[in-house]
Amino acid sequence: MAQATYSDALTAAAGETVETPARRALRRLVRRKGAMVGLAVIVAFIALAVLSPWLGLYEPTATSWSAVRKAPSAAHWFGTDNLGRDIFSRVIYGARASLLAGVISVSIALAVGVPLGLVAGYLGGVVDALLSRMTDAMLACPFLILAIALAAFLGPSLGNAMIAIGITATPIIVRLTRGQVIAVKHEDYVEAARAVGNPRWRIVLVHILPNILPALLVQATLSIAAAIIAEASLSFLGLGQQPPAPSWGSMLNAAQAFLTNAPWMAVWPGLAIFLTVISFNLLGDGLRDALDPKER
Amino acid sequence: MLGFLAKRLLQLIPTVFFVSVLIFSLQKLLPGDPATTIAGEERNPEVIEQIRRQYHLDRSWPVQYAYWIDGVLHGDLGESIRIKEKVATLVAEKLPVTIQLALMAIVIAVTIGLTAGVVSAVMKDTAWDYAANIFALWGRSTPNFWLGIMLIFLFAVELNWLPASGYVRPTEDFWASIASTIMPAFVLGNAGAAVLMRHTRSAMLDALASDYVRTARAKGLLERAVVLKHAMRNALTPVITLGALELGELLSGAVLTEQIFSIPGLGKLIYDAVFNRDYAVVQGVVLVTATIYILLNLLADILYVLVNPRLRS
Repeated sequence: MAQATYSDALTAAAGETVETPARRALRRLVRRKGAMVGLAVIVAFIALAVLSPWLGLYEPTATSWSAVRKAPSAAHWFGTDNLGRDIFSRVIYGARASLLAGVISVSIALAVGVPLGLVAGYLGGVVDALLSRMTDAMLACPFLILAIALAAFLGPSLGNAMIAIGITATPIIVRLTRGQVIAVKHEDYVEAARAVGNPRWRIVLVHILPNILPALLVQATLSIAAAIIAEASLSFLGLGQQPPAPSWGSMLNAAQAFLTNAPWMAVWPGLAIFLTVISFNLLGDGLRDALDPKER
Repeated sequence: MLGFLAKRLLQLIPTVFFVSVLIFSLQKLLPGDPATTIAGEERNPEVIEQIRRQYHLDRSWPVQYAYWIDGVLHGDLGESIRIKEKVATLVAEKLPVTIQLALMAIVIAVTIGLTAGVVSAVMKDTAWDYAANIFALWGRSTPNFWLGIMLIFLFAVELNWLPASGYVRPTEDFWASIASTIMPAFVLGNAGAAVLMRHTRSAMLDALASDYVRTARAKGLLERAVVLKHAMRNALTPVITLGALELGELLSGAVLTEQIFSIPGLGKLIYDAVFNRDYAVVQGVVLVTATIYILLNLLADILYVLVNPRLRS
């Protein structure tokens, strides 16, 4: 009887599929309602931004003197602005600038920050000291003030705003990557890879990088939220997307002058920023919990 | 303590050096000839040549940096090309306004953040806890310029309780000064409150689960005394340092807030400078805010050692 039970157990163990860490994280993420709501809102915004030309919306830059500052109605769901442009259409088209700015600036930060962090963390010594002091110097400048200064010197445009935000977000990525590399570089699997004679670049790219990806993924998601706010801030100040192209920040800037007689001009673009940013924050928080080994 | 302070000050030297290089390098991002950009509308070659000599643009980069940093170390941040006034004078004039705003904001952030954090931890998994967490998420996700506009709409346009914009110095009329700065201070403090709430909650949860709190409860102390005297006193140590760092973050938020509420502080100064291509002012403001931020970081570290008896020795 005991023999049979042992044999059954062996058969069961052999038949059982081992869950990969990625699958386990995904399973945990799906269970988090907040993260799923965030993801759904982000997907909806991306779909609207991509499909906007085919949704039969008003032309976002088309002005109409007969429809200036009209309150929300069946014809204009979100009302119209001071130049008679349809706000719903401008909010949907504005999602393109915001999402693009969020993703591109964080991609710039990752493209520059991850290699620098890997080098600093793995090599240590003088290289690390130099890169760390440079990172400290950039982190010493308040985020938005540095982004404004960079955007001001580069010249006002959406592209330059993305570069400015990307550069400003880089030191956070460098510091995170460096810290993660230092934490794992003396792990057994890295020592083993070193012992069998792997070159440095291979150890860093094949053995270390995949293990620090979860932390980078969480930071990237939360950084997109910060980058979207930063882009809206720069556009609000006139340093991002240039008029008449729609952007949530510049729409809010225009709305300021018409608060008394057209408050809807300020409500919708602000709500769009808020919804997008809160969704990325919810997804980032969910990812952090799902990828946290302590939560197993 | 003196040894710690000396070590910390030595560490600052390379950071401050790189900050100065970074800020100096900003002007190198200007497209084209900086002398022509500084000259603005002026196209006279003699004037442009004179600007080139005045700003040492005809010299090599390291020499230009040496001239610039020498000026900075002697309190000379350059001259505003628009107002024709020393940048240092302009900064000294605007800085107290931003400091007033930042201090009011930090009081609001600490009051709301600490209270919400403590309540949320003590009443974990209750409706209060959920409400505090939703508040923190809202604070992190609301763009402060939108919140500012919405508050103006509600309190100035609809209710007519507060002025929509403008600034009154506290020395002129104290209450009018509070009325003119309370909305921008709340806008600035809102995000800080969210950050402080999350940290306070986490620190309080750790403290409430610790052995010394269990001992205090076992002695039969009232729950109020356990929370306020034992848990909170220890949990607040890291929060104090965070408060100092948050004060630095507020300088960043002040740019937008001062612009929305037309408050003549450092934020408004950099905004106006950006649009008038007054690059010396932009550099000056970045340098001053970075220096304040570095000093607040240092202060936070010192405070941390001072309030933590284990580190004091």
